[in-house]
Amino acid sequence: MNQKLSDIIGSLDRYKSAAKSVKDILLSNLVMLGEVPAPTFSERPRVEVVQQLLSSSGLHNCSLDDMDNGVAVLPGSEGKKNLLLVAHADTMFSEKVDHTISLYTNEATGPGVADNSLGVALLATLPQLLEELNMELRDNLMLLTPTRGLGRGNLEGLRFFLKHNKKPLSAGICVEGAQLGRLSFSCIGMLRGEVRCSVPEEYDWTKFGATNAIVSLNEVINKILEISLPTRPRTKIVFGRIEGGTSVNSVPTTANLQFEVRSESARMIETVAQQIDALIMEISSNCGADIQWEVLARRKPTGIPFQHPLVTVATEIMKALEVEPRIAPSTSELSVVLGHHIPAVTLGVTQVEKLNKPEESAHIEPMFTGIAQFIAILKAIDEGICDENTAMA
Amino acid sequence: MKTQQWLKDNTYHHSDFPSLESLVKEKEKQNLSISLCIPALNEEETIGKEIVLLKSELMTRHSLLDELAVIDSGSTDRTCEVARSFGADVYLSSDILPEEGEKKGKGENLWKAIYELEGDIILYLDADIKNIHPKFAYGLLAPLILRPEVKYVKAFYDRPLILSGGTRPSGGGRVTEILVRPLFSLFFPPLTVFVQPLSGEYAVRREVLEQIAFPVGYGVETSHLIDVLQLYGLEAFAQVDLDQRVHRNQETRALGKMAFGILKTFLQRLRMHGLIDELPETGDVLHQFQSTGTEYEQIEHDLSESVEERPPMLEIQSYREKFGRD
Repeated sequence: MNQKLSDIIGSLDRYKSAAKSVKDILLSNLVMLGEVPAPTFSERPRVEVVQQLLSSSGLHNCSLDDMDNGVAVLPGSEGKKNLLLVAHADTMFSEKVDHTISLYTNEATGPGVADNSLGVALLATLPQLLEELNMELRDNLMLLTPTRGLGRGNLEGLRFFLKHNKKPLSAGICVEGAQLGRLSFSCIGMLRGEVRCSVPEEYDWTKFGATNAIVSLNEVINKILEISLPTRPRTKIVFGRIEGGTSVNSVPTTANLQFEVRSESARMIETVAQQIDALIMEISSNCGADIQWEVLARRKPTGIPFQHPLVTVATEIMKALEVEPRIAPSTSELSVVLGHHIPAVTLGVTQVEKLNKPEESAHIEPMFTGIAQFIAILKAIDEGICDENTAMA
Repeated sequence: MKTQQWLKDNTYHHSDFPSLESLVKEKEKQNLSISLCIPALNEEETIGKEIVLLKSELMTRHSLLDELAVIDSGSTDRTCEVARSFGADVYLSSDILPEEGEKKGKGENLWKAIYELEGDIILYLDADIKNIHPKFAYGLLAPLILRPEVKYVKAFYDRPLILSGGTRPSGGGRVTEILVRPLFSLFFPPLTVFVQPLSGEYAVRREVLEQIAFPVGYGVETSHLIDVLQLYGLEAFAQVDLDQRVHRNQETRALGKMAFGILKTFLQRLRMHGLIDELPETGDVLHQFQSTGTEYEQIEHDLSESVEERPPMLEIQSYREKFGRD
């Protein structure tokens, strides 16, 4: 094992202790920013809190860009390279949801507490954490809390930032509150679409064809399920969300379906998209209902290889912390970072239950392991041992 | 002091004050020590957050607080465990001044905190604040740190909003509006300056706390205002707008008990200050109704313990010895 990596692994207990020392600040940041609602497209109030926290920690370069992304820079001692740390600012809960967070002896609960308030809180606590460790990194750290990540946001905030960023980025870490053990270094291709069925309010029910919007949508689902998908490249279609109708005794006039096509091959995604387009036109013309579909988001398949030193170092560190790496492809921020040819991984901070439900619960004790893992990988990148060109030296 | 002038000079918004850094500097310059007391009874859902937030922001990041303590009335849930796990000093009310006996009520905890805690200023915050923020603490402490003549600072939450059609009257709670404000208007008009006289959040200098009596139950906030007014006048007070406070809504029946305790305290003060002659002795039983179907039943609540009062702490020998007041 590389001596530098060996030293880092030897410091894991110290990293864990430091994480425990800043527990109060981490949880306090988690509450302060997590109780500010941040639904996609309305993240600004939360991002402002993050920037205030970072600013009060002594960071001078804290700002919001034109897409309301929060950007702060923690200068390195040499500053020759720039590392990107990303924690998406938005959550899937609207402003109307009570965002109160409760803290118990070993858990924090509340809507979005883990996804991704905890990820953002970790970034906001990083200055105190490094100070506690007396650790000065050589590289600059760019702390980014991008907006418009989820759903229709289509990662617009991060795309905007990377498009306009002038500083070369040598590596990246995407931080997610859930789940500890997560290790993503590749992204499958994805197309996220929405099908909308509607029948006129004054529909002629004697006419042959659709009886209602839900039935028409059901026909669409059946036809999509008939699409033949290959085992290689691996491809699947996920029906994620469906809604329609207003009451049990009313004929529904609208019904919507949101779905994703995921594949290792960009070409396969396009093929499936064309098939969906054709079958929707066919059903629409046959049943008389108005059926439209649109693409909400797209990702190209991308990634770094399993043998990339960033991945192997991350795996070694996780194993040393007795965390079993759960390797899973991502469709989130990582895809945009990798798409800009920046080697990057996504990590999880702690164990989480009831993910994406209002009573989402993040365990506190495992956070210290998650933070130690994060610091160790950050240090490894800073030491140059995750760099493909220098790692073997 | 004229009411309008007092409102102008002594009513603040939490954002009116300088930075936390300068507050801490001023506090250190005056060699002041500040204790935070959170009286609690079965508050496991909110107390952890309150402690973490205040401790990290006002003890770790900024040294505004010197002591953070929970005075518990005997919680049966995990309140004490949660509070300890986040680093608060936790005291059982019954363990403090055991020779003075044990009474149940928030006022008892506040009174015993004067003995147990060391600060020159004691800040009292309720344990059930769902939207806790450091501003709750530094907003209340700032007038005491910045103005030596101010001795008692009270929180309020709903700012009167100027709307297109005029102004919206600022809301106290139901008990404030239908009991306390009318009583103050009749007997202690200067105290009508308080937007929310019953708010459970206030910061007070020790020299004041040790001189006033503490009703054990609901009347404690009312008695404080009357007693401090009599001792020091309205100039000793300030009030601070903390924007919003999210807390549990009380049932009307519970408000009946609260109103009973407040009224009892109030009548005692009227007698004490000679404002009403020949006031008859009043009982300690509150009568309420409950119904089952068409059956109506009168419920009697004996509130004798909650309307008892603790004497000024200066009258307690152990206190005088501990703080060298002899």
